[in-house]
Amino acid sequence: MPGLFFILLRRLRKPLILLILIYAISILGFVLIPGQDDQGNVWRMSFFHAFYFVSYMASTIGFGEIPYAFTDGQRMWAMFTIYATVIGWLYSIGVLLSVLQDPAFRRLRNEYNFRRKVQNLHEPFYLICGYGDTGAILVKALADEGIKSVVVDPDENNINELELNDYRRAPLGIVGDASHPSVLETAGVTSSYCLGVIALTDSDQVNLLIALSTHLLNPATRFLARADSDEAVANISSFGDNVVINPFDIFAGRLVLALKRPGYYTLLEWMTGVPNEAFREPGFPEHGRWIICGYGRFGMTLYERLVRSGIEATVIEPQLEQEHLPDFIKGNGTGAGTLQRAGIEEATGIIAGTNNDANNLSILMTTRELNRDIFMVARQNNRENSLIFERAGFDLTMKRGDVVAHKIFALLRTPLLDDFLTLAADRDDSWINQLLSRILGVMDETVPYLWELKITKRRTPALYHACKPMAGEENHPPVPLFTLQRNPHDRNECLQVIPLLLKREGAVLLLPEGDITLQVSDRILMCATRDVQRQMEWATQNENVLHYLLTGQELKANSLFWRWLTGSKT
Amino acid sequence: MNLEKVVFGFFIVLALTLNFGFFIGDIDNPEHHHVFELFAAVVVSLISTLLKFGDRTHMGAILLATSLVADLQLIVAALIWGWAEHVQPGGMTPDAMVSIVSLSGGALLANITSVVLLVAETITVRR
Repeated sequence: MPGLFFILLRRLRKPLILLILIYAISILGFVLIPGQDDQGNVWRMSFFHAFYFVSYMASTIGFGEIPYAFTDGQRMWAMFTIYATVIGWLYSIGVLLSVLQDPAFRRLRNEYNFRRKVQNLHEPFYLICGYGDTGAILVKALADEGIKSVVVDPDENNINELELNDYRRAPLGIVGDASHPSVLETAGVTSSYCLGVIALTDSDQVNLLIALSTHLLNPATRFLARADSDEAVANISSFGDNVVINPFDIFAGRLVLALKRPGYYTLLEWMTGVPNEAFREPGFPEHGRWIICGYGRFGMTLYERLVRSGIEATVIEPQLEQEHLPDFIKGNGTGAGTLQRAGIEEATGIIAGTNNDANNLSILMTTRELNRDIFMVARQNNRENSLIFERAGFDLTMKRGDVVAHKIFALLRTPLLDDFLTLAADRDDSWINQLLSRILGVMDETVPYLWELKITKRRTPALYHACKPMAGEENHPPVPLFTLQRNPHDRNECLQVIPLLLKREGAVLLLPEGDITLQVSDRILMCATRDVQRQMEWATQNENVLHYLLTGQELKANSLFWRWLTGSKT
Repeated sequence: MNLEKVVFGFFIVLALTLNFGFFIGDIDNPEHHHVFELFAAVVVSLISTLLKFGDRTHMGAILLATSLVADLQLIVAALIWGWAEHVQPGGMTPDAMVSIVSLSGGALLANITSVVLLVAETITVRR
């Protein structure tokens, strides 16, 4: 604030000097002009009386002619000073208002307020650079999880949108160019509460700069970035412990996975979904030839991935000159002729992957006329077009923002998820299908809710004490995992929950059985709905509930006094 | 020649000279210290304070600080004058005059510091 205050005073220097001069001249005039007292003697105003009179006259309070009625000479001077002081004040207040409303000054004030809020932030937060499609999804998902985010975006409209949105944890936003290290520093990159920096700007160059600044300013923090080109991916991951996400690569990888192992793909989609998102289960075609329209960055990545996993693909692209692809049709794809030449009637699937939404829609609408059974994948470039893409009802829509946000959210949520997915990838399809049907049984209409249960003193005190008996307590009953799966309202009922993974001192157990005994600092990945999570949290934190679940009896002696009164020993 | 520097220097030196003019004389003799001079010293001191705002250098900060000290001393002196003349029964006394003049003496020291700093800065610029 002091800096801001001095800037304000510097801007107000002229009006303030003018006011002082007007006051000085007015006061001096009243002191010099002779007056009369009530006896008719000559009486000169002292500085004290003159200052008093000018003060109330200039502020238009007007107590009258004090202490004696004025002479005509004094009245003439008063007339002059009334106008002079009123003009002086109007001018000063006008300048003050215009300074306060000045965009540059307001930006400075916002920046100051933001800086102070970030400095007073005493809870873990993520620093997100770029509030576009991806940023919005990610900020919302993090807010729903109760994690604060700090957002930097160069577009003022985006920051306004952020502030108008009603998040459960209000994020902090600032208009600024994240490629400037000072902006990152203001946004708290050096704070010990900064869990990680996530660079989601449209430009690979800016993301690279953010990566460099983050690495140099706070090497301990996590860094995740989105990058569209392979060079940028290689560049950003070449130093530090950075995670770089190429949306095209991830989507292409997922598509190939869906074709090769649909079961594992569905598991992956459910596990990495953002909470409260509706789940889908598209039926993927088995074998056959695919048509890719558009051979840009997206088309190229897709083609490579498909061919590498042994799936035939034909490319349609208007601007490619040399025919270095074995299966290549030169053309637009929006007309029926090109599509027929590419063999649309026999193809299994088509991917409209140009960077133009109108073209993509047109390609798929034409395709629908030619072959109704074909599997259609659309690339949606612009968030504004969501409505028509949804209405068109394609089998799969690739939205860059969603792909990146889901991937990052899954990475941020819990490291156990990564362990689980790696282990599950090695299992056969029947195991995965069995698991999928179990998960279907516990979830409602949205994607399953995943959380990590960690047995620690702070987060799960009741469970911690149950697992770790105090000194001197003999024959302590073990706590099996299924205790937690009982319903706190009626222990004979079961909560609809699946423990996916148990991690203990480096050992990892996939789908742990219910009779395994829990130990301190176990970490368990649970899968259910949010309601179930709350009930389980209750049991792990409340001793009475846990006691009921363990023994089926209410804990009788709660307080020390009552225990002493009833003679109860525990 | 820079007009801004002229105005700046003018007010700083004027604050010192007016202050000195008020200060000089027998410390307890009201005849030697004119109220108009004190008034002028206060006004010029306030203006020179405002002129010093916004300089972000270390020198600017010290200049501002000396000016604020001078303002404070002179305003307190003026308040004592008003109190002695109007509120206290019997009017101005030599005791009150001594306080007023010694306060203005303090302000004089602050103003001298200001001018010394100004001169020092001018010498280092060599232009």
